[in-house]
Amino acid sequence: MGKSIVITSGKGGVGKTTTTANLGMALAQRGARVALVDADIGLRNLDVLLGLENRIVYDLVDVVEGFCRLRQALIRDKRCENLFLLPAAQTRDKTAVSPDQMRALVAELKESFDVVLIDSPAGIEQGFQNAVAGADEAVVVTTPEVSAVRDADRIIGLLEAQEFHAPRLVINRIRPAMVSRGDMMDINDILEILAIDLVGVVPEDEHIVVSTNRGEPAVLQNSSLAGRAYRNIAARLMGEDVPFLDLQSANGGLLGRLRRIFGG
Amino acid sequence: MFSLLGGLRWRQAGSKDVARERLRVVLMHDRAGANPELLEQVRDALVQSLSPLVDMDRRGIQVDLRRQGQSLALVASIPVRGFKRGAGGRG
Repeated sequence: MGKSIVITSGKGGVGKTTTTANLGMALAQRGARVALVDADIGLRNLDVLLGLENRIVYDLVDVVEGFCRLRQALIRDKRCENLFLLPAAQTRDKTAVSPDQMRALVAELKESFDVVLIDSPAGIEQGFQNAVAGADEAVVVTTPEVSAVRDADRIIGLLEAQEFHAPRLVINRIRPAMVSRGDMMDINDILEILAIDLVGVVPEDEHIVVSTNRGEPAVLQNSSLAGRAYRNIAARLMGEDVPFLDLQSANGGLLGRLRRIFGG
Repeated sequence: MFSLLGGLRWRQAGSKDVARERLRVVLMHDRAGANPELLEQVRDALVQSLSPLVDMDRRGIQVDLRRQGQSLALVASIPVRGFKRGAGGRG
């Protein structure tokens, strides 16, 4: 019997889908049977992040409406055989599914998967309610920006009201150079404000753009620092105690600058 | 206005400190707004902690969240009938 985790944020564009795709791939690479659920009905993107967009036959709404069985809608990743995707519908909207239906769907997935990751849409309306309905745990993604942290705070309040007692935080797109200059909030600033446990910090990384272009999650690239951060988060989600990446030394210094000039 | 010294000082302010302060204030407001019972709970907490010391008119107590310049302040108005025996006696 597996566990289900919703990846949410409030704010759009902070990296929920990127986080879901990368954590899913990383967990599957560690041997877990993983199902990814795209709960962003009407604006699906998890398929694109994974490069599986051409293999969609059925989607979540088809399953919920009884048009097909769950197994028929699940798409198996060709790179990692224990990773599956349940895509969202693109031509419907959030009202096509109810929280109760999501609860039943995720419960069914938990019977045959070790981990179910649910990619939540942005916002606090029905899309969010659908996404959290089936989840045992929650991961909140934020960036070090005022609006993202504000929205994360609201989301944490809503999660706690729905009995999620220990939501965990991912700080995404941190830029160590800007933090050093005092132009970006640092990890402690954000933790003081949001006051939930930190499960990971992911640096801004050009590899993410490339990985989305290609439909290949960054965790597959050894040279991607963001990929490494995601692999560490996956390990922590499985209970491992992994030290946080030292982003300062990875970014600074003459060597770092030379590498950037010559495209390393 | 943008002398070298002025420019340096502006830089040293660090926009992240401004961001953090603004967030702190905005969130106090958001959190109070999202939880209307919060002020009630503050009122009850005040009554509980002050009643051994102060004889209050509980129904007249008002608790409010107000802007004070760039920050927020919790302001309470507590009608008092007197102080209780024993209060303030300990050294």
